[in-house]
This record gives sequence, C-alpha cells and structure tokens, in this order.
Amino acid sequence: MGSYLLRRLLIAVPSLLGISVVLFTVLALAPGDPFGELALNPNVPAEVRMALRAKFGLDDPVWQRYFHWLAAMLRGDWGFSFISRVDVDTLILQRVPVTLAIIGASQLLALAIALPVGIYSATRPYSWFDRIASTFAFVGFSLPTFFTGILLILIFSIKLGWLPFVFRADLSTTGWQWWVEMIRQSVMPITVLGLFQGASWTRYVRSAALDVIRLDYVTTARAKGLAEGVVVLKHVVRNALIPVVTLVALQMPAIFGGAIVTEQIFRIPGIGSLLIDAILRNDTPVIMAVTFVFSCLVIVFNLVADLLYGWLDPRISYR
Amino acid sequence: MKEHELRALIADVRSGEVSRRVFIQQMVGLGLTVPMASMLLMHAGVAQAQAAPAYKPAKRGGGGVLKVLWWQGATLLQPHFANGTKDQEGSRIFYEPLAVWDAEGNLVPILAAEIPTRENGGLSADGRSVTWKLKKGVTWHDGQPFTADDCVFTWEYAKDPATAAVTTGVYKDVTVTKVDSHTIRVTFPKPTPFWATAFCAAEGMIIPKHVFGPYIGAKSREAPGNLKPIGTGPYKFVDFKPGDMVRGEIYANYHMPNRPFFDAIEMKGGGDATSAARAVLQTGEFDYAWNLQVEDEVLKRLEAGGKGRAIIVDSGDVEFIQLNTKDPWNEVDGERAHVKSKHFAFSEPAVREAMSLLADRKSIQEFIYGRTGVATPNFLNNPPKFRSPNNKMEFNVDKANQILDAAGWKRGADGVREKDGRKLKLVFQTSVNSLRQKEQAVIKQGCQKAGIDLELKSVTASVFFSSDVANPDTYGKFWCDMQMYTTTMTQPDPERFMDQYLSREVSAKANKWASRNISRWTSEEYDKTYAAAEAELDPVKRAALFIRLNDLPVKDNVIIPLISRPRVRGSNLKLVAPLTGWDLDFSQLQSWYREA
Repeated sequence: MGSYLLRRLLIAVPSLLGISVVLFTVLALAPGDPFGELALNPNVPAEVRMALRAKFGLDDPVWQRYFHWLAAMLRGDWGFSFISRVDVDTLILQRVPVTLAIIGASQLLALAIALPVGIYSATRPYSWFDRIASTFAFVGFSLPTFFTGILLILIFSIKLGWLPFVFRADLSTTGWQWWVEMIRQSVMPITVLGLFQGASWTRYVRSAALDVIRLDYVTTARAKGLAEGVVVLKHVVRNALIPVVTLVALQMPAIFGGAIVTEQIFRIPGIGSLLIDAILRNDTPVIMAVTFVFSCLVIVFNLVADLLYGWLDPRISYR
Repeated sequence: MKEHELRALIADVRSGEVSRRVFIQQMVGLGLTVPMASMLLMHAGVAQAQAAPAYKPAKRGGGGVLKVLWWQGATLLQPHFANGTKDQEGSRIFYEPLAVWDAEGNLVPILAAEIPTRENGGLSADGRSVTWKLKKGVTWHDGQPFTADDCVFTWEYAKDPATAAVTTGVYKDVTVTKVDSHTIRVTFPKPTPFWATAFCAAEGMIIPKHVFGPYIGAKSREAPGNLKPIGTGPYKFVDFKPGDMVRGEIYANYHMPNRPFFDAIEMKGGGDATSAARAVLQTGEFDYAWNLQVEDEVLKRLEAGGKGRAIIVDSGDVEFIQLNTKDPWNEVDGERAHVKSKHFAFSEPAVREAMSLLADRKSIQEFIYGRTGVATPNFLNNPPKFRSPNNKMEFNVDKANQILDAAGWKRGADGVREKDGRKLKLVFQTSVNSLRQKEQAVIKQGCQKAGIDLELKSVTASVFFSSDVANPDTYGKFWCDMQMYTTTMTQPDPERFMDQYLSREVSAKANKWASRNISRWTSEEYDKTYAAAEAELDPVKRAALFIRLNDLPVKDNVIIPLISRPRVRGSNLKLVAPLTGWDLDFSQLQSWYREA
C-alpha cells in the first residue's frame, strides 16, 4: 500500500510537468495581450505598454518564460497577476471559501438526492416511484444550468421578489441576520447546481444498484433471512458504490473549479469566475495557476478514488 | 469655422447674446471636446457658470449603504496603474484629484481651494505655468494632513518610467514645484493653453507621500497601499476583492460639509450588462449600474418595473466607419495595406462619397440604438450658418448610384458593379456585439441597392481591439476594406485625439501596428495644419486649426461618422447623482444622495 502510494505519486510528477508545458504553450500561442485595454486609451503612450510588457517579461521567448515560471513555482511563488498586480495565491485564496461553500453545498445536496432516490428506485424497478424519479432525472440533466438559473431568477427574484439574484460574498450584517441573508442568496445557485448534478447521479446510482441487486450473493443474503434493510445497505449499496465513487471523485476537482456559468449568472466570486475573467483579460499567471491547481486536483482525486476501491472491495489489491 | 468667426462667437457669449451652453454644443459639433470649449471661454475671461449643485442633505451620513454595480469589476485600486475606467472608478472612491469636469465642461474644485484663472493669478500670461491653491484642513484617511508635498510626490511617482504608471503621459513633460505648504506650480515646457491635465479628473488622483514614498520606481508593485488605499475621498477603505467587490465606509473627517450622505459604499463587479440593468431598473436590488450596453427596447421594458430609470449622459464617443485607402489584400514590400499601395476602389473619392451616402444613419438610430445613440450627421453640422451644403447627413441611394455611374463603375450581370475587371466586392469588419452586427446589416442593405457587395465579418472584441502583433484581425492592422468601431473623445485635449491622421503616426509593420493612424489616410495639408496647431499659443487660433483638422478627413469621406453614443447608466429613482460625460462616474461621488 505504501509503495503503491509512492509509485503513484512519482508517476504524477512527469504528468504534471507535461500538463504545465502544454498549458504554457497553449497560452503563449493564444492571441491577446494583458495590456490590450491600455492600447484603447490614447492617453496612455505606447511606450508605457511596451515598458510594462518588458517589466513582466512578456517579450522573452516562450521557453525562457516557462522556465522562469517553473523555477518560481518550485520555490512556492505562484506568480503575480498582470492585471490586479497582486500575488496569484492571494487571489485564489480569496475565492476558495465561497467556492467551497456554494459548490460544496450543491454537491452534498446532489448526493443527498441521488443516493436514496437511486437506491430506492433500484429496489423497486419500474414502479411508479421509479418512473416519476426517472422522468425528473431526465428533465433535470437535460436542462442546462444557465436555463434553470435564469428561470429561477425570473420566478423567485422578479415575479415573486423573494430572493436576491446578485450574490455578495461579504455581507455587512452579522450574527443570525448574516446567516439568513447568506442562505437567502445561496438558495438559488445551490439548487440549480445540486439538482443538475443530482439528476444525473440518480441515474448512475440506480443502474449500479440494479446491476448488483440481481447477483447471487444478494439472493443468498435474502435466503439467510437477513432483514431487507441490511441486505440493501450492506450487500447492495457497498458494492454498487464502486462506479459511483469514481464518478463523484472525478467530479471533486470541478467543485474547486466552480461552475463557471452559474457563477456568472449569480455573480458568485468563485474560482470559476476568476478563471474566466483572467482568460478574458489574458492574465497568464492567473490562468496558469488556476488550471494547474485543477490538474493537480484531478490527479489527486484519481488516486483517492483508487484507494477508496480497496476499502469498498477488499478483493482489489495494490501491488 | 474660421478663427474670426470663432472670436465673434466668443464675444457673443461674453455679451450674453449666445448662451454658454449653446456655444459649447456648437464646439462639440465641430469636433472639439466640451472641456476644451470651456477652456476657450475661460481664457477669454468668460466666467464659469457657477454650477449650483442642489445638494439637500443637511448632515453627514445617515443614508445607509450605496450599492453600485459595475459589470466589469475593478481589478486594482491604484489610480496610476489603472487598466481601464473600471479601475479608475474603483480608486476614485478613495482618492481625489484637485478638480473634476462637470457635465457642462466646468472645472469643479475638489482638493483645490479654487480654480486657477487669469484674474486670481492662477494662470500665467505666457501660458507656461499654472498655480494651484490647495484646500486647507484636508486630512488623509489615516489622519495625516494633505499638503503640497503630496502633489509634488504624485508627479515624481507618475513621471518615473520605472514606476510604469499609465498616467505617465500626463506628468512626464511638466514640472511641479512647491510654492508653500498649500500652493503648487505646474510648469509646462511650452505655452500650453490646455493646462487642466495634471492633477485633474481621472488621471489626476493624488496619492499620499507618507504611504507611497518608499515605493517609487521599480519597487512600486510592492507598496501595501496598492491594495489598501489611503486617500482623501468621502469613503475610507474597508475591503477589496479584485474583480468582485470594493467596499468603503464613511470618512467622518471628510473635507466638504454635510458630505457624504451614505454611510458605506459597495461596488460589486461581475456578470453582464443586461442583468445589471435588471438589478437596478426592475428589482431595485442595487442603486446604480455602470455602462448599460443594452438595446433601448430592453431598457424600456425593465424600466417598466418602476424601481429605476436609465440615465443618458452626453459624451464625445462616436461610432464610425473607416474606409481603407490602401490595398489590404496584397503585399507591397512584404506588408499588407502598405502605405504606398492603393485600394482598388476606395482610393477614388467618388466611391468614398457614395459609401457615405449609403450609410443609413437614421435607421440605425431609430431601429438599433433608440435613446442610446444619436445619428451624427457629420462633425460639421452645427451651427446651421456654417453648415456646408455638401456636408450633411444624407441617405441617398439614387445619388450614390449616379456618382458611381459617373465614375465608371458599371453594373455587371449579377447586379454588382465593376470597373477594369474588378468587382466592387468589399469586406466590412467590426467587433462581435449584437448592436454592431445589426448596423453592419443596415449598411450592407444600403450598399446592395447601389450594386456594392459587402461581405460582413465580425471579430471577437478581445482579438479585434488587441495589439497582438501575430493576429491578422486586429483593428490596428486594418487588413480589410472597411471597419467600424467607437472612438472615444473623452480625453480633454484634442491634440492627442487629432494625431490619428498624421502621416508619421501611420500604423505599420515597422511600429508593430501600435501607432495611432489606423486608417492610414495621409495628407500634406493635415500634417502642416497639425504642426501649426501644436505650436499655436492663442487658444482661439488653435481651436480654429483643430476644427480644420477635424474637417479634412471627414470631408474626404475617409471616415464616415454614424452615431454619437452617449453614456447609458442605470439609477434608482430616488438616487441623485451628478453625472458627466467628460469625467468618471464617481467624479462627484461626495455629492450623491438619496431623496427621501
């Protein structure tokens, strides 16, 4: 187990290096200039723009810039945003709490819906409950979040006037009032994301549980006279969870990435909106840092999923 | 308009025959900016209109939170590093200049005790220096007094090339000296009739010496003050998240009585213009929204919500078409659209004139812009007595057809005109923007009727307006037959605006297409007139020369002005905000208040 972990971590190093080379090259080839906005302002002499480019090393050859970046990264220096003139790690850390709270809560909501509904549907396939749940699931993941988001805004903010649709990360109130306002403004984005995710997960959980429920050891467990609850939880769910764990674990990086579209609609200052702003403004260090964090997360959660398999199914061994 | 006509008009204003407002409007019609027109009057000794700001609140504070929405959020709060107006606005909450421009083109003192004039001895007779008297008793948010040293420091900071300040253009050629603790003198290298640049408006925000002193030059990016501004403004810094939120709270020792009215300010960023309009006009969640680039129809529908209204503020931005007189499709000396090449059609004045007749500006205003755009005939339409008969806004397909027929462009079998075997097929590019694509369609329709075939091309704004040397689709390269975008005339001094038709400014490979003359139209007369204007000391003569400069490319139909685009803002029905098209939205933030 220990050597397996070490081997996997060592394999991750070249993959991360490869990813960073590809990211850097793509960004260097992409059109655009972080100081393009200055070019539109005739009051700013072109020399200022050129001086800024030189100061931030934008005129150096690509490979030279890459090694600069890599050396700084190894020292723990994430870089410096061209646009905000702030260290990139500060920018990212500012956005982490909101991202985790909103997207994390929506994923919990999704799990809380998907697991019970999916399993119950699988134990009673083609019952009325299953049919209704399936219909809703199909509707749920067919509707894109930008549609449901705007629909909710139209209903709850504009027609009914119950909920605000502009998300404010730092509310000026304190105490229980802060909680009330926070919940009021979070309800819509969490619902939109949670229902979307929950709908597709419901289908996965259902089919995974259906695969297992017909197997011989489940029949044996029933024949032994075990209670239905024990059969489902201990024998069905545990085995059905393996494919679901893969899905959920691979979804985890997306939690940190945020949901770009939903964040844009509700103006949530998450990492996703930081990334999209940075891309629009050609702020290379920020794009680089955020995408690099994502790739690290993908690799880490792949590993976590593999380790979880072993716990769920002792037959899988690590060599 | 000639110099003597201009003088006569100024005399009329002085005697009261012509109102100040009419004069300024006429000057704008002639291609000058409002601040410049106002400066002409100041120079002639016509007093500034005493703008009496009806500010009602009788005490400081008590107004609650002012919530404003900028769909492009501020990314930094150091005014001398601002990437765009969004950053200047964010900084302006905390920092202040000596004076700002109001909607009528008056200078309004903020940190200055008074506006310098010839009468109060502020302006020297030779036009080489300005003496500013600073307001006494002003303190920075940390309690330190504001003095002349801070102004001198701001100048030293911004002019240092190592600081890489974006305002360096304003400060690098002037000299600032301290006269006494509350007086400074700005000296110009040559007589400068337009003196209100340093320490004025968006680029004039003054930063404290005791905070930024150690961080001048190359160390500028390390200054803690870059992220935690300490200014003299009506609100103190609380919190800043780049791209998302700027928060400030009332500064109890603010230097103007009974101001500010609000206890705190929140400037939220992100999202898009339409939902920003919705949050202010329809649901009233926010009090004010910046730059609502939304179709008028949508604005009207949202206004029906009854919470807010759209405010239209006049400004100098003009949407216009450039015609390429060079050949953008073939390389000459290894360069497309080389200045020595010739466009097969637009090098003929007749074709250019026909194009100008085929631009249906009225329909564009009526069906696309509504309240948010005014068809601009020509810079040369006001006042009526100077209107040239050949130079009016005209949409006339028949006349365009006649002109093209006479010039030898005959219709081919497919209805498209041709001459010497070349068909009149042209490519017309602009940035991606729903309004612009509709405008393109209107122009294409007009051209079709005259046998000109337009191919429409739209380029993503971030590419079109970039200075990327490797990309062929930037507006600076202009490798296309025609292109359309908005040019801003907000910079108060026309000298910098007018350099965009100089032959030495031609955008070319040699200068990485970073120079200002994008149309690559050149004229000897223009160069000569510009040189004369640069050296002219008499502001009236200078203004007349600038009017002439403006006139040359327009008369040659190398540019076709379409729509004058006022600023569109959204405001709560009860919010009272003095806005101007010649300065930042927050130029008079201290006087914003909410009616009971």
